[in-house]
Order: sequence, then structure tokens, then C-alpha cells
Amino acid sequence: MTDSIKPNYEQLKVTDLHAFYGESHILHGIDLLVRRGELVTLLGRNGSGRSTTLKSIMNMVGRRTGSIMINGRETIDSPAHHIAHLGVGYCPEERGIFSSLNVEENLLLPPTVRSDGMSLDEIYSMFPNLYERRYSQGTRLSGGEQQMLAMARILRTGANLLLLDEITEGLAPVIVQKLAEVLIKLKEKGLTIVLVEQNFRFAAPLADRHYLMEHGQIVEEIQANELASKQELLNTYLGV
Amino acid sequence: MSMIFGVPIAVLSGQLLLGLINGAFYALLSLGLAVIFGLLKIINFAHGAFYMLGALCTVVLFNTLGVNYWVALILAPLIVGVLGVLIEFFLLRKIANEDHIYSLLLTFGLALVIQGVLTNIYGVSGLRYPIPEVFRGGVNLGFMFLPYYRAWVIVAALVVCIGTWFMIEKTKLGSYLRAGTENSQLMQAFGINVPLLVSLTYGFGVMLAAFAGVLAAPIYSVTPVMGANILIIVFAVVVIGGMGSILGAVITGLAMGIIEGLTKVFYPEASSTVIFLVMVLVLLVRPSGLFGKEA
Repeated sequence: MTDSIKPNYEQLKVTDLHAFYGESHILHGIDLLVRRGELVTLLGRNGSGRSTTLKSIMNMVGRRTGSIMINGRETIDSPAHHIAHLGVGYCPEERGIFSSLNVEENLLLPPTVRSDGMSLDEIYSMFPNLYERRYSQGTRLSGGEQQMLAMARILRTGANLLLLDEITEGLAPVIVQKLAEVLIKLKEKGLTIVLVEQNFRFAAPLADRHYLMEHGQIVEEIQANELASKQELLNTYLGV
Repeated sequence: MSMIFGVPIAVLSGQLLLGLINGAFYALLSLGLAVIFGLLKIINFAHGAFYMLGALCTVVLFNTLGVNYWVALILAPLIVGVLGVLIEFFLLRKIANEDHIYSLLLTFGLALVIQGVLTNIYGVSGLRYPIPEVFRGGVNLGFMFLPYYRAWVIVAALVVCIGTWFMIEKTKLGSYLRAGTENSQLMQAFGINVPLLVSLTYGFGVMLAAFAGVLAAPIYSVTPVMGANILIIVFAVVVIGGMGSILGAVITGLAMGIIEGLTKVFYPEASSTVIFLVMVLVLLVRPSGLFGKEA
């Protein structure tokens, strides 16, 4: 996608975000900006605050201060169940597939938040495995299928800002490849994606920009075309 | 007279019927407890009080306003259900993030307060409520006499239990409830108003108890302590069935009623203890209950 057709609309703007679990101060003033249609990753070691950043955006942490604008709306004081309705789809690290629901019930669970979500047919053609197993118990699926389900679930809602937490974790290379294809398709559709990722080789070719996190802060912002020149820095922070 | 195991069939089937009726009440009450525990993780010690309120409400509505049985069957659960929602909203919600012992103590305290206040007003001697006109009398089945009202209680309780099971297991609203039971935080992130769902669920569980109370009004003596008496047995039923299992609550409720009835025939002295004996046995063999998920 070239800059000329990319609208500069600020889909997500986080300013001086601090987050707390009880007495623990986890995020120390995060600033990040994601424009419509961008795919941005949060890179960093375990415990650097990447997942907490996504959770804070969803208002799933104990307490948060600062500013989180989603689609131009301030959400720092919004109750958790209002966030999704601004067009946000969240895919948690543990995938969050419900074992008491079958695959199709899992798919249909999240309420529609915008009108142009994918239909059930479109989803099944994107993820044929889910169609075959639609009456299976959600947690009976393989890890890869569960991840597909967790993704498909938020695509159906019409969310146009996706927050994806470690979607490739523990999956076979062939599944990771499939997920990369899915992300490329979603990007072509114009969806905005924030990706928390451990697997740098998965994220690098997909992303427009990277935010590097350490100790609950963003320490570096790297454009896709700067990756080669900043490899040294990445190695230091990611320890790869 | 024909006999089975040295017991006249009429006696046996009579006790079976009584057992089934008690079982119907156990089922309705433990169903409500299971629904509430599933989503709120609250052990609702006020459940017996809501059952009693349902019955008392029916009697008082009849005595003061002449409200008939059928209207009471809808109105009393609604009134008590609204009370339940208010209690959830103003009290239980405040301690939702605390240890479960707090909600247990709170509901227990509430039950004592409600029971105490009403005992002051109505005494403990028991209020009478007439069996509705259409259900007077009964039918002789040849081997036993079946009072119409008792048959109605069983049918009504079963219909409500099956309806509740269907709603929870087969509908969209039910899928919210099941999913909320597993991970309510993620439900919030999907944009579902979980606090509202919690209020309504508590209200619904309370309504089930009050509905049982209305059914009980014409056949049991209506007193402010009637809930406390039955609640202990219902908790045993819930433990046997498995905490939070919908189907388990219903089946165990009916089964325990029948077991109690049969014990009255063969060894009456044990009839009030048999359920607790079963509870001990089940806890020894399957600590999570007959229908509970193994931890």
C-alpha cells in the first residue's frame, strides 16, 4: 500500500498511557499512533508490556491513566463493554475459545460492532477447517484451528481495528504461513491491525512499522524500510 | 392388595409421588442456585428466603388484593425477581471482586434479616392458602389416588426446568451465559454488557426460587422460615449434582426427592438423613459431583 492512497486517519492514538495491576505499575507512559489500514507490531521480550498495552486499550487492566483515542473517541473512562463497539476486535494471547460452546456458537458469540463484517459463508471459505468442525466443542480443535477460530470470531463482528496478541505462538510453520496469508488479505481489505508478536520473522514482512518495547515503555519506533539498518538495535532488545 | 417387596403398591406409589413433588422443588431451587453460581460464582444463601418470599407474596397478594393463583404465578416471581436485581445491583456488585466468602456471608445475612423481619410480622405458625379451584380433587389411577394439584406441581416444575435448560443450552442468550461463566472479562472485550447480564441472571435465579415458592404455597405451610428448612437439603442436592451444572441440578433434584420418598417406605427413620448420606458417598467418590466437571 502506498502513502498516496493511505488515508492518514488516526484509528488509534495512545498518549501517555500508564497501567496498573493493583500496586504494580506496568506501563510507564506509552505513546503510539496507528493510522487506518496500517499493520503495526509491538515487539519486545516477555514481560515488556506488549500484552498489557493491548489489554489496557480494551480496559481489561486494573487501572489506567492517560489518553486512548479510538476512531477519534476518548475511551480512557469508557466501560470495557463499550470499547468493542467502536470497531475494535481483540484476540487474546490464550485465544479465549469457550469450551462450553461449539465452534459455530463461538463464532457467533461476539456481537456485531460494525455493519461490514464478514458473513459466516465468507469466514468458512477463508477457514474451511472451521466449517468441517462447526459442531465440535470449541476446545476440541487443534491449536491452529483454535487460533483460526479466535481470529474468525472478530472478523465476523466487522471490527476494523484488530488487536492480535501472539497469534503464532506455539503453532506449526504451515499454520503460521496460513495466518500470514490471512493477515495480508485483511490488510488488503483495509483493516487496521496491531500485532503483538514474538516471531519477528513472521511479523517483519507484514508490518508497516514496529514499536519496540522494554520495561513498560516504547524505546524505539522502526519503519519497515529501516529494519536492515536497525538490526543491531533489534538484536539488543529482542535478544535474538 | 398387591405388594412389592412386602409393601402395598398404593403406599409405595404414594410415597414415590410425594418424593417426586419434593424432588420438583429441589430441582427448581437447585437449578436457580446453579445458574447463579455459574455466572456470579456466588453461593446464594438467600435462595431459601426468595423461595419463602415467593410463597408469602402469593398469600399476601391473595389476602389483601384478592390476586388469584394464576396471576400470582407470574406476579410473585416478578416482584421477588426485581428485589433480587436490586440486591445484586446495590449490594452484591460492591463486593464482586472480593473473596467469595463475602458474598456468602452477605446473602446469609440477608436471608436472616428477611426471615427475621417477616417472622415479626407474620409469626411462624403458618399461613393458609387454598388450592386453586380447578385443581381441587384428584383422579384414582387404580393403584393410587393422584391429587390434581400435585400433578400440576410436577408438570409445571418440569416444564420450567426443561425450558430453562433449553434457554441456556440452545439459545443465543444462553451462549452468553455459558461463555460468561467461563470468561466474563473476554465477554466484556467483545462488547457484551456483562454487568447487566449478571444482574439479570441473578434476578432470573431468584425468580426460579420464587416460582417454586408460589407452587409450594397451596400444599406446604407458608411461614417465614420455610426457606431455611428446605435450603440445607437443596445445598446437599447441589453438591451431589455438581456445582454449576444445570442438567445435574435438575436430575439430582428429582432423584433425591424420589430416594427420600423410597426411604420413607422402607426405613422411615433415615428419610431425613438419606440425602446427606448420598452426599457423603458422592463426595468420597466424585468430589466435583455427579455432573460436575473434574477439576
